[in-house]
Amino acid sequence: MHTLLAKSLITKPLTIAAPQPDPAALAELAQALDQRARRLLGHSLSIREVDAGSCNGCELEIHALNNAFYDLERFGIKFVASPKHADVLLVTGPVTHNMKIALERAYAVTPDPKWVVAVGDCACSGGVFAGSYACAGPVSAVIPVDLHIKGCPPQPIDLLKGLLALLATVSATGDVATTGT
Amino acid sequence: MIKKEVNREGWEQIADGLAAKTSTLLGLWAERECVHICIHDPATGVSVATLQTPDKSYPSVARKHLPALRMERAIADLFGLKAEGSPDRRPWLDHGKWPVRTPFVPVPASTTPALAYTFLPVEGEGIHQIPVGPIHAGIIEPGHFRFSANGETVVRLEERLGYVHKGIEKLFEGADLATAAKLAGRISGDSTVAYAFAFALAAEAALDIKVPPRAQDLRGIMAELERIANHFGDIGAICNDASFSLMHAHCGILREETLQHADACFGYRLMMDRIVPGGVTADLGAAEAVRLLDWTDSAEKRFDELMQMYEDTASIKNRTNTTGIVSEELVQLYGAGGYVGRASGRRFDARHHAPYPPYDGLEFDIPVLKAGDVNTRLWIRAYEIKQSFILIRTFVQRLPQGKIMATLPSPVPSSEGREGMAQVEGFRGDILVWLRFAGDGRIARCYPRDPSWFQWPLLEVAVKGNIVADFPLCNKSFNCSYSGHDL
Repeated sequence: MHTLLAKSLITKPLTIAAPQPDPAALAELAQALDQRARRLLGHSLSIREVDAGSCNGCELEIHALNNAFYDLERFGIKFVASPKHADVLLVTGPVTHNMKIALERAYAVTPDPKWVVAVGDCACSGGVFAGSYACAGPVSAVIPVDLHIKGCPPQPIDLLKGLLALLATVSATGDVATTGT
Repeated sequence: MIKKEVNREGWEQIADGLAAKTSTLLGLWAERECVHICIHDPATGVSVATLQTPDKSYPSVARKHLPALRMERAIADLFGLKAEGSPDRRPWLDHGKWPVRTPFVPVPASTTPALAYTFLPVEGEGIHQIPVGPIHAGIIEPGHFRFSANGETVVRLEERLGYVHKGIEKLFEGADLATAAKLAGRISGDSTVAYAFAFALAAEAALDIKVPPRAQDLRGIMAELERIANHFGDIGAICNDASFSLMHAHCGILREETLQHADACFGYRLMMDRIVPGGVTADLGAAEAVRLLDWTDSAEKRFDELMQMYEDTASIKNRTNTTGIVSEELVQLYGAGGYVGRASGRRFDARHHAPYPPYDGLEFDIPVLKAGDVNTRLWIRAYEIKQSFILIRTFVQRLPQGKIMATLPSPVPSSEGREGMAQVEGFRGDILVWLRFAGDGRIARCYPRDPSWFQWPLLEVAVKGNIVADFPLCNKSFNCSYSGHDL
């Protein structure tokens, strides 16, 4: 273990440079956030991930955000274990009827101000499962959605750009804030 | 594949054979008017038997052979066919939330009473229950675990699944080949390659399609990359659940590198829709192939160092050794595949025991251990990563030139009633896909069976007698699929 730790001291970090927030996401979010919320949250976001019927492809890529390459926590964004600790619900899947109540309850116990990000094609539109007897429809059919990140699954870099747009909007003091209100 | 129609007597004989352990259950599924059972008998190979169900019922296999139990409950939920004499009539996938009952023969839910669900009773002084889920603390799939504990010790774990049931089997019905292949790749996202592979092999068997040799080897490379990526992720995640985050961080790097190579080689990190009936949709460039080979050397060296560190760290070994033991008897009875079976002495790997291209004719080791605990399931993965590196090198080095797609007949001529089946070794174990075509080249019925069906029940056993805090370790060491199971 000591060799590995010592080696880590002299090797270059693997972490990629921070990407620019996704402009499309910024535009979508500008509608959703008010000044008060931005003041409250400052520069950090706590996320609760909810799989509402995903094939788990999205979960794998959301997981990747925590690896050394994307290192989400450097931006002040972290995943929390309970919706009661969360500012943001990151929801995946075509919302199965069997998960609908759990999702609604998770949303209900997330304290205000809160935002919902629909991650992946299924969460955005139902994807390949749209129209099934077992699915309630995209996330927006069940709870209000503030940001959509498409992809099957979205790549970690796309997730990062979307979440940075959310953070930028939430904590903005300049341009974005004025366009948002 | 041997296929036969049986009467009730013949059906009972199959159930007796399973109970006597002369054969292994591979799958149990239904259509509106019949039930099918797929078994493997070492003497005669893999066979599918069909029983007509004019009375909407059939003799329960589970009353003799418990591994069939959840499948029978699922059949009752989806088709309304009753398993006569079943020891458990509770619903499984139907939570009473769908707008219809028995969706293959739909009855409006409003006309039938809501389904009650009672957990199995646990009695005794001081026993308390801990309900967990469906939403879990981590970024994982949803399901409900009902623990009954005596102090810290788990007395019983009862799983309740079905939360991510998306109606996949019904969506297959009437889907054209391209749509169905896409759907197959989304049964369980971590096994998208393996499912697309199994679906393609089944469709190709049904339609007599010959896949070009280059496409076969490319499929092998994709399948092994997927296996490695998942095993890296699992090893890191198991260690992380015992707070050994250094392993997690470094395994996370190796996993990310695997996916980046998959992206560079085949244009998709998780390699969705790269395998389709007839071949593959992405070719491997010469430069990418060289970089992939170089990476396997570097990654293998770093991985060896990590496993040495794991083995040398007493605090993690203390958590994984003798935790969550599954007996060889049970993995044999359930026909549990993958690392769950192979860590408990069941030597089965579809790549070797039911060989399919590109693995046919290849020699490679199938690591098998006996202890059946968390540590052993972790080591099976580690050994398999080493084997996968060897396989990737073999496929890349021998990769023949040529086409990557067979010419598909369009429209498919006289596909009516054509059936195909395939067994593919995913990272988690053997996946079974059976399908039948309708006359217009569309899918009449497709049944995908995830390895988790025969692993989930064993997790309930593995955790018994362990402390509640060790459940995450046991669970991660199984890493069963929710989506692949719930369909």
